[in-house]
Amino acid sequence: MKLHEYQAKQVFADAGIPTPESQLASDVDGVLTAAEEIGYPVAVKAQVQVGGRGKAGGIELVENDEEAREAAESIIGMDLKGYHVDQVLVEEAVDFTDELYVGITMDRGEGKPVAMVSTKGGVNIEEVAEEDPEAIAREHIDPSFGMHPYQARKAVYDAGVDKAVARDVSSVLTTLYQLWDDRDGADAEINPLMVTSDDEVIAADAVMNIDEDALFRQPELAEMEAEAASGGDELEQKADEYDFDYVRLEGNTGIIGNGAGLVMTTLDLVDHYGGEPANFLDVGGGAKADRIANALDMVFSDDNVDSVVFNIFGGITRGDEVAKGINEALEQFDEIPKPVVVRLAGTNWEEGMEILNEDLVTVEQTLEDAVQRAVEYAEEGQA
Amino acid sequence: MSVLVDDDTRVVVQGITGGEGKFHAEQMMEYGTNVVAGAVPGKGGQEAAGVPVYDTVHEAVEEEDADTSVIFVPPAFAGDAIFESLDSGLELAVAITEGIPTQDMARVNKRLTETDTRLIGPNCPGLITPGEAKLGILPGNIFSEGNVGLVSRSGTLTYQVVDNLTNRGLGQSTAIGIGGDPIIGTDFVDALELFEDDPETDAIVMCGEIGGEDEEEAAAFIDDYVDTPVAGFIAGRTAPPGKRMGHAGAIVSGSGTGTAESKISALNDAGVPVGDTPEEVADHIEEFLA
Repeated sequence: MKLHEYQAKQVFADAGIPTPESQLASDVDGVLTAAEEIGYPVAVKAQVQVGGRGKAGGIELVENDEEAREAAESIIGMDLKGYHVDQVLVEEAVDFTDELYVGITMDRGEGKPVAMVSTKGGVNIEEVAEEDPEAIAREHIDPSFGMHPYQARKAVYDAGVDKAVARDVSSVLTTLYQLWDDRDGADAEINPLMVTSDDEVIAADAVMNIDEDALFRQPELAEMEAEAASGGDELEQKADEYDFDYVRLEGNTGIIGNGAGLVMTTLDLVDHYGGEPANFLDVGGGAKADRIANALDMVFSDDNVDSVVFNIFGGITRGDEVAKGINEALEQFDEIPKPVVVRLAGTNWEEGMEILNEDLVTVEQTLEDAVQRAVEYAEEGQA
Repeated sequence: MSVLVDDDTRVVVQGITGGEGKFHAEQMMEYGTNVVAGAVPGKGGQEAAGVPVYDTVHEAVEEEDADTSVIFVPPAFAGDAIFESLDSGLELAVAITEGIPTQDMARVNKRLTETDTRLIGPNCPGLITPGEAKLGILPGNIFSEGNVGLVSRSGTLTYQVVDNLTNRGLGQSTAIGIGGDPIIGTDFVDALELFEDDPETDAIVMCGEIGGEDEEEAAAFIDDYVDTPVAGFIAGRTAPPGKRMGHAGAIVSGSGTGTAESKISALNDAGVPVGDTPEEVADHIEEFLA
């Protein structure tokens, strides 16, 4: 789960990391009032959770009311890489001499957190990592102890940060690790951490991603998530309501299955047999009939879908429950909206086949056959 | 023969009084697994699934000689449950629980380097030696006895591939689900090493998926150390970057690491054929054993 920049900055500021003065606004008047109070020049920054906002026209530096109005009118309401901009952050423009990068993330290969510092801030750090890996100093941290003070200093010295600000940057890094640790961070990043002409450091951007699985013990952040849950696709919002793992894709063959690996495989097979997957939908383990019916409703709601392949290999999911759910969902239609191909295997599949109303669906015995049939139907539907 | 689990394994089920814990303890016993105890704080002295329940794993080890635990504890408490099993001197702990916070697993990962206990999972279906015993939630009836070792990051994909194998009369020595999380105990390299050293395993199936670099590391290991023929499968070829495909670990990062292409080419370079479909994986295994 990602916090918005304004939320992450609030969390960082509360922990004592210096941040520029800023205010949130959602209309032109709000932007003008905020700019007036902060004092020009200010930056007007779109609050959407995508990288590269600046390049995409989501960040403008403005000197006066006229420019601020123009920026507000163009940014608020714009579509930025598929996300609708509802709010902007109006922020004091910092006069900087240097841009650094500091971040904490989980190194999954090592199974340990890693602290990173670079003097090449202000640009995409993943590009720096690829082109010039030496430019990022890394320090792995023992998660059961925490970051030793010397590790923060070492990372800062190894990165070649100017001595005049080394102490302050170490202190920011230490605080950032503490936050990451206390708040169940997945990533915590400041890029850029600006250095001013009088050798002060200030967090000009803030990224804080939280481990979804830990939200149960981070009530304050869970509340922020609810607030941040803006936009996204209509169907993805519906999937949230139904509590499905769902990803919408571009194709026209709808896919429903149980278990992430098997659903991914079903997508890959649709592609392999010349079709295009419309979505990833995992009903999870042990789904009962109503959940199965919801899954069909979900995929039918996608106008791009021309056919559906329903592939269940039951472990803890039972074939009879799946069949009941499919019947339930389809019997309410006078005419089935899109052809459905069903393949049932594993726990109670025979019971499922007895229950399944075969007038409403096409049954196939193997995964490969089911996918090929659904791809054929999708091609016919498109024609 | 087999690896990690057989009919001598003495199992304690952590969380045996919960719905899933009880159901699967019974299923395991029905399959022939020697479940000797349960461990649930505050429920000591009771009985569940026909075995005695203890308050702590330590007691289950002392009283019933348990050497392996299977963990069905809710995610908020599962990290602690894994620590308890590691600190009780067990040989093996299998964590079925999905959704354990990653930072908890990082601490567990550190502890694993200090103890002799092996961890399988979390967020995994467990493991099975067909005809002898199973630890976890795998449906026993699709497996058959044989000489193919299988290791997989995904549960239901394991069932699919096993089904393809069993239908061809290709039975399994042991099948291990290592789990779909970013931080896991036993990884591909560990499992491959076990199968390579097992005289009864004559071919290996390795089912990977997008995300992380475990498959690439496994490919390098196969190249250097594994003589047993290996066939691979990689799920998620069509996954777009930045979208998490269900499993916490199954994501292609923005910088392009963790892609299916990178994994498939690493495996091919190590001489491992990768099937486009589960059926093709079975084809390769059939050729190996012909």
